Amino acid sequence: MRSRVRPNISFNEPLIFERSSPGKVAYQLPELDVPAADPLAALGPENTRSEIEDFPEVSEVEAIRHYTRLSTWNYAIEYGMYPLGSCTMKYNPRINELVARLDGLALTHPYRPEALAQGSMEIMARLQASLAEITGMDAVTLQPAAGAQGELTALLMIRALLASRGNPRRKVLIPDSAHGTNPASAAIAGYAVQNIKSNDAGMLDIAALEQSVTEDVAALMVTNPNTLGIFEENIVHAAEVLHARGALLYMDGANMNALMGIARPGDFGVDALHLNLHKTFSTPHGGGGPGAGPVAVKQSLEPFLPIPRLRSVGKKWAWDYERRHSIGRVRAFYGSFGVLVRALAYILAHGGPGLRKVTLDAVLNANYLRKKLEGVYELPYQSPTMHEVVFSDDRQARHGVRTGEIAKRLIDYGFHPYTVSFPLIVRGALMIEPTETETKHELDRYVEAMTQIAEEVENDPEIVKGAPHETRTSRVDEVAAARKPVLRWKPV
Amino acid sequence: MLDVIGAASVEDLFAHLPDAARLHRPLELPPGLSEYEIVRYFQDRASQNSTGFASFLGAGAYMHFRPVLVDTVVSRGEFLTSYTPYQAEISQGTLTTIFEFQTMMCQLTGMDVANASMYDGSTAMAEAAMMAVRITGKGRVLVSRAVHPEYRQVLRTYSVNQGMPVEEFGYAAEMGTLDLEDLDRKLDGLTGAVIVQSPNFFGIVERVREAAELAHERGALLILVFTEAVSLGILRPSVEADIVAGELQSFAIPPSYGGPYAGVIATHEKYIRQMPGRLVGQAVDSNGNRAFCLTLATREQHIRREKATSNICTNQALLALMAGVFMTVYGKHGLRELAEQNLAKSHYLAGKLRPRFCGKFFNEFAIQLEGKSPERVNRRLLRKKIIGGLPLGRFYPELADSVLLCATETSRRADMDTLAEVLA
Amino acid sequence: MYPDNLRYTKEHEWVRLDGDTAVIGITDHAQQELGDIVYVDLPKQGVAVEQGKSLGTVESVKAVSDIYAPLSGEVIEINPLLADAPEKLNEDPHGEAWLVKIRLRAPAEAEKLMSAAEYQTYIGAEK
Repeated sequence: MRSRVRPNISFNEPLIFERSSPGKVAYQLPELDVPAADPLAALGPENTRSEIEDFPEVSEVEAIRHYTRLSTWNYAIEYGMYPLGSCTMKYNPRINELVARLDGLALTHPYRPEALAQGSMEIMARLQASLAEITGMDAVTLQPAAGAQGELTALLMIRALLASRGNPRRKVLIPDSAHGTNPASAAIAGYAVQNIKSNDAGMLDIAALEQSVTEDVAALMVTNPNTLGIFEENIVHAAEVLHARGALLYMDGANMNALMGIARPGDFGVDALHLNLHKTFSTPHGGGGPGAGPVAVKQSLEPFLPIPRLRSVGKKWAWDYERRHSIGRVRAFYGSFGVLVRALAYILAHGGPGLRKVTLDAVLNANYLRKKLEGVYELPYQSPTMHEVVFSDDRQARHGVRTGEIAKRLIDYGFHPYTVSFPLIVRGALMIEPTETETKHELDRYVEAMTQIAEEVENDPEIVKGAPHETRTSRVDEVAAARKPVLRWKPV
Repeated sequence: MLDVIGAASVEDLFAHLPDAARLHRPLELPPGLSEYEIVRYFQDRASQNSTGFASFLGAGAYMHFRPVLVDTVVSRGEFLTSYTPYQAEISQGTLTTIFEFQTMMCQLTGMDVANASMYDGSTAMAEAAMMAVRITGKGRVLVSRAVHPEYRQVLRTYSVNQGMPVEEFGYAAEMGTLDLEDLDRKLDGLTGAVIVQSPNFFGIVERVREAAELAHERGALLILVFTEAVSLGILRPSVEADIVAGELQSFAIPPSYGGPYAGVIATHEKYIRQMPGRLVGQAVDSNGNRAFCLTLATREQHIRREKATSNICTNQALLALMAGVFMTVYGKHGLRELAEQNLAKSHYLAGKLRPRFCGKFFNEFAIQLEGKSPERVNRRLLRKKIIGGLPLGRFYPELADSVLLCATETSRRADMDTLAEVLA
Repeated sequence: MYPDNLRYTKEHEWVRLDGDTAVIGITDHAQQELGDIVYVDLPKQGVAVEQGKSLGTVESVKAVSDIYAPLSGEVIEINPLLADAPEKLNEDPHGEAWLVKIRLRAPAEAEKLMSAAEYQTYIGAEK
């Protein structure tokens, strides 16, 4: 019983607009050292605005209290475990924040002359080389802003390569266990999506794949380990099937945390993959972003990488814009540099042996949770577990309690919920990824909470269904919010 | 733990991986470094970048002062290390700040709704174009040449496989504003979107109203792009635009060699269902208290998959929070004063030089270096610890003798005087 | 539960035939499976719909489902109630919350639809 959370001091706090009163300010600007310019003369009366209606008017202390109080309404990695499957919510080392904020890095304008940006370019080059080694690929672009944009970037490159061979083809194959961004990215790259069913082992069905790979198929997008936490044991064969018919193998690298130093996509037949630096490489999730989604490719795809490309000229780095076959740009400038700095700091901190240890510990932790919980929750797929494990709510559903409710009850025990109802191929999925940064002590507390909740489901299902009970905000009515959307504040 | 699992070693947990897929050697990366060594490594890289220069670069990334409160707030672990707020009961901090952010973006742009952020201004623009094409059912996109060149490149990358032909229309050589006649000529019944930027790439306040009228006459939507968000503090909101797509780097997001930044899309209520990106809505909890949650998620990839309005998942939440804190700190009076200071500085500098265009400008303007090479002039400036303007020839061959200068509240009079002396 | 005067599809739509027009809705079983409906997207008047093809969507908070046209024809009326009150689909799916009215192009198509009794057997077996 000791594991339940208890309420802390928790302030009420209005919206910033409701806190405002006329004339209050929280800013200071220096005195102008040049003559003022009359806005009406400089811009024209037709172009100038009157005051910004209802914009905040608060003092500095009100501003800091506002945000500090709001912050306490969040759960976070620095409070406790975040067992979100496929999200790899590991601890975000604070040193990453410090180095990304160094003036010489944070205050660098992207159009600075290259001679004055060599340090930034060196960081990017080093990260590219590190990621190439970790993935076993030949070339890396750091430009994509997030995983989904990495997917799009890679698909556009695949399309360009196939087009250069005479036919871009029409379809992309995607397993039914895939993340929703895969089909959405394929659509933007101009491909139709064909789903591939998984087999009873929770893996890619090779027979189905062989049948599906026609002259019309551009690529297979596979997540490995997949979203069931299972390594695709037929991956080498799948690559051969695709390559024999002129198609490519794309890997969603969301689950790279399970492979570092153990297996490299480049060695098992992958032609292109993206990485999520905000997962495997510990950059903070920030309540939804930013992330970064570098793409690593084999030599055949290298000519199609986005511009600009880093190029070494003597002992200097330069940006190369003259690349005839490039797919172009996927975003302005060069990439989410601040995120890249953090990821490189993480790689430097661990080094080669340390990254391998990360993977070993992540897989160890997931297998420990599987063993401790498989007597309590239904395990639909028996294949070996890598970095995450997926249960179903079959046993609890018999008592009328579903995965979403068990997840909410976890909050009362001081944990963030696991990933709910995903992957779609498991009815009532509980998708759990502990990551390597959780200790045995924390895992045991989590097991205890999950076990107690399972007992509650049998003895007192109502307490689970009404959860969470210990939070400042109780169950939110998402239905009413969607039926009558209110998406901004307005004065009454 | 191994006993519980029933494995002899951790290595055993990987025994099922096919041998052909395994790496049979250590990763060729050096051993791990200590905290001290890591800090040293990045300090060395930072000094390799060289510091202590005054910069007059703008062109989509701006050197503004970042109020101290911004990093104080975003460094809190509760904001920094939390996940996307799907679990509303334990994410009210993030959800509330996003709702405030959406509101402030509406107040600034004059639109009804704004999303929770996009990757950056360039992708926000590309997504806005795709949105306009969905709404109008017409695939052709017309974009002004006075829109940021890199944004236009991104638009092409996104649109090329979607049956969205992209064409450009020119700018007026004297004014530096969009060429209304060229737009009129090219705007046909197949065009779904017209894209303009204001202030445009040359810093000039654009003819948004006229462009919108033309677009609407022919059944196209008008997309307004902004890269310099501080201008919103003084410029009239262009409510005649159908979609606003912008970049918020100016709102306390460090220039950081080009990213991460934060884009945003705002629009009218009737287009909500075609919007990309996350949205936070107001709700009540089971005790009847006001609360917030992610809403209208059926537009998004995790539900609608290949039919989603966008593939975006991870966004720029923490940077939108930076922008939110920035807008709170400056507030109603401060944002106006900040914009006025930018206006004063750029007009002081321009007064000492001869701007290339005669259109009205905010904090950027182009100048022509008669007979001098921009690169050579910039090298001279570097010796005086000044980073000069962006040579425009790289993007506009016809402006090879011109540079784009930007002055903000951080530009000092003495540096501007030195700059003007060298350029004049 | 399932009125005898309606005909049913395997995709859980119902049809009420009235001469050369038909009213279309989704079944009680469908609304239960969908959960709380928050939005209904219907075609515009005058649009041609084809049997078996999607004519619109219904949305819950976390799912979007296609509505398949049970019969081919032209949309002549849409239910104005649903734009502001999608919850009616949960409350009265066979009555007040009909979706669209169409003018039939091939009335013979209706012969293959299920009766109430057949539909009830069908959803019983589906479980």
